Order: sequence, then structure tokens, then C-alpha cells
Amino acid sequence: MSNAIIDPTPTDWNGQIMQKRIARRYAAERRFKAMGFLAVALSTLFLAFLLFTMLGQGLRGFQRTEIAVDFDFPALTSGTTAAAISGPNADAALNSMDVPGIVELAVAQQYGDISEGLLTAGAAGNVRQMLIDNPALVTGKQQLWLPVDSRLDVAFKRAGEPAAEQTVSALAQKDALRTGFNWTFLTGADATDPSAVGIWAAFKGSLMTMAITLMLAFPIGVLAALYLEEYATKNKLTDMIEVSINNLAAVPSIIFGLLGLAVFLTLFGMPRSSALVGGLTLALMTMPVIVIAGRNAVKSVPPSIREAALGIGASPVQVVFHHVLPLALPGILTGTIIGMARALGETAPLLMIGMRAFIPAAPQGFTDATTALPVQIYLWSDEVNQGFVEKTSAAIIVLLIFLLGMNALAIYLRNRFETRW
Amino acid sequence: MTGTALLFLVLGLGLIGWIAGRARAAAFVRSAKNGPRGTVNSLPYYHGWFVAICAIAPALVFMFIWQSISPSLVTNMVLSAPAAADLPQEGFARAAILSEARAIAQGFQTAAFQDESEKLVPLYASALSYYKWIGVAATLLLLFAGGAYAFTRIKPDFRARSKVERVVMFGLLVASLIAILTTLGIFASLIFESWRFFSMVSPFEFLFGTEWNPKSVVTPGADNGYGAIPLFWGTIFIGAVIAMIVAIPLGLMSAIFLTQYASATVRKWMKPILEILAGVPTVVYGYFAALTVAPAVRDFAVMLGVSNAASDNALAAGIVMGVMIIPLVSSMSDDSIAAVPSAMRDGSLAMGATKSETIKQVLLPAALPGVVGGVLLAVSRAIGETMIVVMAAGYTANLTANPFATITTVTVQIVALLTGDQDFGSPHTLAAFALGLALFVTTFFLNYVALRVVKKYREAYE
Repeated sequence: MSNAIIDPTPTDWNGQIMQKRIARRYAAERRFKAMGFLAVALSTLFLAFLLFTMLGQGLRGFQRTEIAVDFDFPALTSGTTAAAISGPNADAALNSMDVPGIVELAVAQQYGDISEGLLTAGAAGNVRQMLIDNPALVTGKQQLWLPVDSRLDVAFKRAGEPAAEQTVSALAQKDALRTGFNWTFLTGADATDPSAVGIWAAFKGSLMTMAITLMLAFPIGVLAALYLEEYATKNKLTDMIEVSINNLAAVPSIIFGLLGLAVFLTLFGMPRSSALVGGLTLALMTMPVIVIAGRNAVKSVPPSIREAALGIGASPVQVVFHHVLPLALPGILTGTIIGMARALGETAPLLMIGMRAFIPAAPQGFTDATTALPVQIYLWSDEVNQGFVEKTSAAIIVLLIFLLGMNALAIYLRNRFETRW
Repeated sequence: MTGTALLFLVLGLGLIGWIAGRARAAAFVRSAKNGPRGTVNSLPYYHGWFVAICAIAPALVFMFIWQSISPSLVTNMVLSAPAAADLPQEGFARAAILSEARAIAQGFQTAAFQDESEKLVPLYASALSYYKWIGVAATLLLLFAGGAYAFTRIKPDFRARSKVERVVMFGLLVASLIAILTTLGIFASLIFESWRFFSMVSPFEFLFGTEWNPKSVVTPGADNGYGAIPLFWGTIFIGAVIAMIVAIPLGLMSAIFLTQYASATVRKWMKPILEILAGVPTVVYGYFAALTVAPAVRDFAVMLGVSNAASDNALAAGIVMGVMIIPLVSSMSDDSIAAVPSAMRDGSLAMGATKSETIKQVLLPAALPGVVGGVLLAVSRAIGETMIVVMAAGYTANLTANPFATITTVTVQIVALLTGDQDFGSPHTLAAFALGLALFVTTFFLNYVALRVVKKYREAYE
């Protein structure tokens, strides 16, 4: 014991110095708590700001501006009857009718000197579709609402170029413009004109890529998880597998893209930019996620289940496939959905395997050149045309809806089927 | 008959084999005299699986092998024909003609650009169909032979179950080995292409050069503009400095607030909201950074009086990347704070320390290794992140610490180098693999250290 002198007077807690000190410490406490609150609030605010920005811009992408065009069909088509453009010969009849020429003429008659570049490139196709849907239109005078060119679209929705603004205000005075729902955006493909673009092609490409990913990553991931958790003995090979899986889960996604480029495209000569190669690449990336989630799910099945099954004579394979796997399945599915959601939003590896070209049609097979939803977002974000801003945000909204839906489904599955042993 | 159709045929016949094997075994069970199942060793469906596996497995293996060797057999057959004798001997033109003729014969292409390939089309068509039918016939032969062999093996005392289970175990092992194969594939392709790159450009220039302006034609020994130091610096500056200045305080304080201060209801709602930040795709962050954050940062810089602020500045990319990383830092900190024994916390509180004093002086020092491990993982995520920097940071290499300037990163340059119709052997493409190797090694090292730190620290309290 040292012989330090201990002050025998008790601490005066109510004294001024002590009170001051306590006040200071409490103030520090409140400051610290406020800082913590601020951190959470800032993160949430950032998320809210991001979502609102995307919604604010993107909702306009689902709308299009339409212009009223009067068609005097009997005069324009020199009296084509409804019967002529219906039935099996409708296609040929419509071709010989020269729909684009008719549309041009009708617009020129009605709007005169401003008719140049009023309609979007696909407008004639819209008229054609209307005639196919309802051939009776051709027998009378009709007012049809057709989508306008993207310059005017931008000018009508918000500020655009001065020339377009003038045209729009002139048209708006005549009550010739209205806002309609942009069906083309949900059914179309990529185009050079932003008022004619759609996300269906990219979405279909994403679906096909995800199908390949799921077909490969899910069985391989589940089987590997079962092997590592239930059968693997502790040896060098098992250690190597474990190290590989933990490492693969943390490898940057762009490296998987380089692997896809070097192995699938160059070595195996698979078709560039196809859903097949994209799916293979993303499957390699998703597999470790499924293995790790699967192992945790298998681990949480209590040993008593296995022992009971073994006790009544089940073989080790039967124990796992009849008892452990069904009980672990909800957990495995949750992990799989989360892994698939990550793969759905992944862009960089797809760019590496050549998915950056302009693809104006939806893919018909797994080896066709295609694009995917996040890649399409990236490609549109690079466009200088003002009309693409809202289309990019609209595509982001669609992507986010799918991702949030998948994550919500995963959370629901976890809460609904999770068993506490 | 296409490959897919053949595949479905094989699988369909396998199903028939399954049904037949199962029916035969079921008949044994029914006719068994002693006891309900008699001496039948395995359940009927195991016999079904045995037949199906014996039929399908060799056929599938053969299809896979045939798929890879038949193209060269077809080419040999075409070349041995007299019409192929007057082809140009020079390699590139010859290969172009052959591949065009093949594409037309397979129906991928409708018209020929070269006259020589037109002549070869019928040859190719006949060779292709010749080998295709050989393949189909051999596949079906193998399938029926395997199925028939298995079917004759089915007897009441046949141990179908142990045979099937052996196949299942083999399948499990193969599935696990795919992880190793992938790692090896990544390693081999990166090393191989990098080695080709370093045979053109000296590794010293790559690792220590300060000028990044890659030329598409390289001269050995000269300066080719492949100095990657500006890229490494840009990657570290955006991913490990700016992003971490955002992510560490916000992530750590969020974790502290949610675990130590917030009520259970707040925690229940706020944790998933923070996790949404991690689930937003990076392309969305990149778009947001480029469209909204970057102009705001530039306006802010102009307000401060920085005249040369770029619109694709490093700060915007770094901030958005930091926000993306917040959930990772937060959940790792959360875990390590929760792992500190509550006796330490209770002891500190009992001595009269306030909550914040307890956190700062007891919990955080004890949880520090876990937090550091989390930060290292976060850095590894940030430097491998691609889309945010591709869309928001620039393409110009710049060795500067000015956050308002354009700075490029390793991942941006990988994307840039692989853009356009580059020949696979060009220095640009190979340089992308060398950058990929550098990235892979760095992230591997960071992840390894992070996991070691976390593991060591966990053991200290267990």
C-alpha cells in the first residue's frame, strides 16, 4: 500500500463545483444522444430524398403528351371500307394504304406550318394499331390522340427549348394537347427517340438472365450448403471450399464480369451480351450468398431431429433430404431471394460481358443479344437528350418496386415460417 | 433436332425409365411372400432413380463432350473436301471464310459477304447434319444401353438405395467444388491475362508510373502511359477517404443510437429502413450522384470560391458511396457492440458513469477490433464499387487531393478500357485484367485481415 494521503472530507455533491460538473456531463450526454439521432435521421433523410427525387422525375416518364389530330379517313384513304382492312388481308391492305403518309397529310392539313416534327416517330404505328383494333374508324371523320415528339413532350411537362415552348403554348391555346398514360413505356424497347422508348425488352432480358441464375445458383448453392454443414469432414479440401466461398462472397462484382469475359466469352466462345452468359456470370456471384444463407439455415435445425430420424433407421441421405432440408427451406429461400435481388440490381458484371449495345428489340431466346433493366438505366443515364431523364427515373422506379417487393417477400417468409426451436 | 430438344428427349426418356424401374420394383414388393415388404432391400422409387440415373448420366456426359469436339470434326470434314483446297492459306482470311460459311449453314446469317464462303455452305450443311445425327444416335444408344442395364439389375435384394445415395453424395461434393473452381477460374484468368499484359508493358511502369494515358499500341521499353498510381490514388481517395469520412461517423453513431438509446419500436422500424439503403442498386446511386449530388457539390464549391470545380467531382461520388456503405458499418458495429459482455457495461453504469461515458470509454474500446474489422470490409466494398464512380466520377486520371476535381478509379478504368470493339489480345483489354488483378488482391487482403481481426476479438470474450 502506498501511503497516499486520502482526503477525508466527503464529496459535496450539492456544491457549486460538483453541480456544474454534473451539468456539464449531462450536457455531453445529451449532445452524444443528439448526434446519434442525427446520424440515423441523416441516413433516413438521404434515402427519402433519393426516393422522392426518383419519384418526382420518374412519374412523368409514365406519362406522355398527346395531340389531337383530325382524320378525315374517307377523303384521306379514298374511301377504303372497314371490310378491306380487316380479316386475313389486313396487313397487306394497310401497307398499301400508306398509313405514315396519311398521318403526315392529316397533321399538315390541321396544323399547317408548325406540323413539321410534331409527332413522335412511332405515331404512324399507333394509328395503324388503332385501325387494326377497330377497322370501323376508317369509314368516318375521327379525332385521334397521338403522342408528340419528345422535344414538345419535355416542353409541355416542364421547361424545354424556346422553340418547342412556343409551339406548345400555341397548341395549348387551341386545347390540342393532353396528358395520357404512356403504354409504350411498359411494352416497348430501346429507341433513339425518348418518347418511343420502353422497358419491356430490358425487363424481359433481366427475367431471362435471372431464370438462368436461379436455375444454376439455387441447386448448386443448396447442395454445397448441405454438404459443408452435414457431411464434410474437417480436412484440407473442406477448408479450401470454405475459404473459397467466404472469399467469393466478398469479391467485387466487376471481377466476376472479368471472369465471364475471359472464360465464357473468350474461352468457350459463348454469344456476347446474351442472357445465357449474363445468367452464368451472375450465378457464380449469387451462389456464395445462397451457400452462406443455406448453411445458417441448416445449422439452426436442432440435432434432435437428425438423431430421431437416424434412430428409426433413416440413412444419412434420408435424414438430410427428408427432414433437415424441408425444415431449413424457409431460411434458404429467404437467402436466395435476397441474393437474387442483389443479382437483379447488378450492372457492372453485365457491362463486362458486352451488355452495353443498343438493342431495339426484346430477346427471343437465351442466346440472343439482350440488355437488362439496370444496364438500360445506365445506358439511358448517359444520353444527352433531356427526354431521357424522366425515362431513366421511371425505369429506376420499376426496378426499385421489384427489388423492394422481393425484399418484402423475403422478410415475410422469414417471419411467417421461421421456427424457433 | 436442336440441342434443347435432344436434352428434353433425354430427360423425358429418363422419366420413363424412372417409372418403369419403380413399377418393376413395386411388383416385387406386391408379390413378396414373407412379410409385408418381403426381402426387397430398397423402396421402389430408389429403383426408379437407379434406372433413371443409369440412363441419363452417361447420355448427358456424352452430349457435353460431343458439344465440345464436334465443331472441330465438322471443320476437318469440310477441309478434307476438294472444294476447300483453294482456300487462302493465310490464317485470318481462312478463319473468316470458314466462320461465315458455318454461320450461313446454321441459319444465323442469310447472305455471304465473301464468294469463297458461298461455295462452302452446302459442304458445311452436310457435315453439320452428318455429325449431328451421329451425336443424336450415339446419345440415344447410350441412354437405352444404360437404362436397359439398370433395368435388368433390378432384383428384390438389389441395393438400389445405397447406389443412388452414392450418386447423391457425389453430386453434393461436385456442387461444393464449384466454389473452388470459380476461385481458381478468377485467379487463373486474371493471372494469365495480366502476365500477357506485363510481357508488353513493364510491371514497374504499371505499378510506379504516374501518368495514365493508355496507348493502344505499345512499344517495349518506352513510356506507354500505363502508370496506374493516379488510379490507385483515386480509388483510395474516393473509396477509403471520402466515403469513409461519411460512412464511419454516420454508421457508427447510427449503431450506437439504435442499440443504446432508441426504444424497441424505433429500432424495429429504423433497422429495416437502414437496410434498404444497402438494397438500393448501385446504378441508382450512381444516377442520383451524377444527376443531383454532383451539381449541388459543384455549386457549393463555386460558392466557396473554388473556380475549377468539375461537374464529375470526386466528392459527389465519395459521399454517395459513403451513404451506400452506412448499413454495412452500422451492422458490423452493432454486432461487435452487442458482443461486449453486459457485465462491463453494467459495471461502468454502476460506478456512476453516464451512458455516453460508458459507450465512449468502455463499450467502444472493447468493441474496437470488431468495428475496425467492419471498417476494413467497408473499405473493400468501396474500392470494388463500380457503377457509382463510373457514373459520377470522371474518366480523367488526376493525381490530386482536391475533392472538387475529377478523379478516376481502378474500376472506372476497367470499364473504360473494355468499352468499344477491342480485340481481346489488345493492350487495353489486357490492362483491364491487370487492374482487376490489383483490385482482387487488395480486396482479398482486406477481407482476410478484417475476418482475422473480428475472429480474434470474438475469441477474447468467449
